[in-house]
Amino acid sequence: MNYHILKKDELDGFITGLAKKMKVCAPVAKGHDNFAFEEVTSAGNIALNYIPTILPPKKYFMPQREKLLDFDLTAGKPSDTANLEAEELAIFGVHTCDLAGIQCLNLVFSERPRDHNYLRRKEKIFIIGLECNNYCDTHASCALVGNHYPNGGYDLFFTDLGDRFIIHVGTQKGEELAEGMGLAKAAPADMAALDKVRDGKKKSFQNEIGVDPKKLPEIFAKGVDSKVWHDLGGKCVSCGNCTNVCPTCYCFDMADTVNLDLKTGARNRTWDSCQFETFAAVAGGENFREERAARQRHRFYRKFKYPLDKFYRAFCTGCGRCTRTCMAKINLKDTLKALAAESK
Amino acid sequence: MTEEIKNSNWRLRKGQIIAAKQMTASEKWFDIKLDDGDLDHEPGQFVQVELYGIGEAPISVCSSPTKRGSFELTVRAAGRLTRHMHSLDVGDWVGIRGPFGKPFPVKLMTGSDLLFVAGGLGIAPLRSLINYVIDNRREFGKVDILLGCKTPTDMLFGSEIAAWQKRLDVNFSCTVDRTAPDWKGNVGLITSLIPGVTINPEKTFGVVVGPPIMYKFVIAELLKKNLPERQIILSLERHMKCGMGKCGHCQIDHPKNYYCCKDGPTFTYEEVKEAKKL
Repeated sequence: MNYHILKKDELDGFITGLAKKMKVCAPVAKGHDNFAFEEVTSAGNIALNYIPTILPPKKYFMPQREKLLDFDLTAGKPSDTANLEAEELAIFGVHTCDLAGIQCLNLVFSERPRDHNYLRRKEKIFIIGLECNNYCDTHASCALVGNHYPNGGYDLFFTDLGDRFIIHVGTQKGEELAEGMGLAKAAPADMAALDKVRDGKKKSFQNEIGVDPKKLPEIFAKGVDSKVWHDLGGKCVSCGNCTNVCPTCYCFDMADTVNLDLKTGARNRTWDSCQFETFAAVAGGENFREERAARQRHRFYRKFKYPLDKFYRAFCTGCGRCTRTCMAKINLKDTLKALAAESK
Repeated sequence: MTEEIKNSNWRLRKGQIIAAKQMTASEKWFDIKLDDGDLDHEPGQFVQVELYGIGEAPISVCSSPTKRGSFELTVRAAGRLTRHMHSLDVGDWVGIRGPFGKPFPVKLMTGSDLLFVAGGLGIAPLRSLINYVIDNRREFGKVDILLGCKTPTDMLFGSEIAAWQKRLDVNFSCTVDRTAPDWKGNVGLITSLIPGVTINPEKTFGVVVGPPIMYKFVIAELLKKNLPERQIILSLERHMKCGMGKCGHCQIDHPKNYYCCKDGPTFTYEEVKEAKKL
């Protein structure tokens, strides 16, 4: 695969050129150290140095609210069609943690029975990654799960080399865009500079919890009845923020809406959260995860235990969003450390 | 840009109610015919029933696949959708997705004795299997059916149960928690019927369907009879919202991360005994 070079002062031309082809979304500063992926038309709007956005780019793959079906009852016998509204889209500046998150969701929604809404949206999205040369903040744990380096999942991938970006081409689509923009090929000196950045990261990015990630499955296997979950249950307020901001949380709810004619309507999907009290309740009155402790435990097992068995990878990308957003100050790194300490 | 997803798994089959009957104060029975042919389900599977504009709920199919042309549901008015469903009648249309879920292991059961234990509405999913077995009666050994309900008036499928009682190839007993003046049968919990059944643990499958509270006690009785854990079959209840192992609502707190809709709803006791709740 190829490497190209883009001088920093040419970034604006790159973004405006891309925006002529399709909608471009990138991280934008929202104040108070908050960032969000939003539509941009020039590089000037883009926050190149950003900590993980409030919502991960999953919102483009699996929107917060999405129509699954249009139905029509006019004829007496109902009819329905599955219409998807999705546009060509490029997401610029996706960090490696979020690339990993998208890869996780790809696995989930490709499993049969397939979710064609997700899969078709995915086909329309062009992904441009952006390397973190330094930590965003102390909440991240990307090195623990090996996501501080790129592990694929992009069409193009940018690494900052000071006055220029070196761009790794991940797909043919990416190559065609780079060539179409007339980007220069990287020289051996650029490759050496990239190696230097990556070498530097070996020192600055270190396992953030001091626990061997290979031991996590065993720690979680032992920790089902740990006091840690009881402690989290005592703090948690069941707001669902942690799951909304998680790049790999995909639980959803569905509901119908009826138009004013009372004859037509739609079936919609919205994000849901396993942290909500009624999430695992059934109509008969039983609630299978009634306690907040059980729901918090469930969240952690869905990141560090279940997906390891099923997909051979953690569904925590190390982005740190759940810790940043938690109103009750539940800290992912501290939770893992406490669980590991208990299992010793 | 709008595009149609013709192969969307969210699309609904269209079912018309061809018969309906209020069975008890809280349970209504429906016979539904799909406009695109048979449901093609297996005993123990469920469907998602869509009432357009109101929503969807998972309901066990209570008829056997040996009955062709239509399928049956018995619906307890327990939640918003099921309460609305009670207002439906012959001629009304519903949307159907499915069938979903892992069926009862009918093939493994072939040649074995069968002990069915149903509590309350558990008879609905179990009936799909019981009628399948009755329709293929010579393929199975001895058949015992134990049924428990709260009071005699809560009993579902009354006329059909009367027919089971008369059959020579099925042993049927039934008990109620609370009696009524004209009740002449057993009174007591369903567990009280189990000691009276003779089983050969080597060649018997126990199939247990009922409310979560029932499982613990019935399973203990079956284990006392030396029935192996993997020959005890359960059908678990969860809110199976999508039916496709994705939405997360039906996930069981178990080391194996079961989705009740896809990995279940039927499980062997061996598979789910580590679950936090059955």
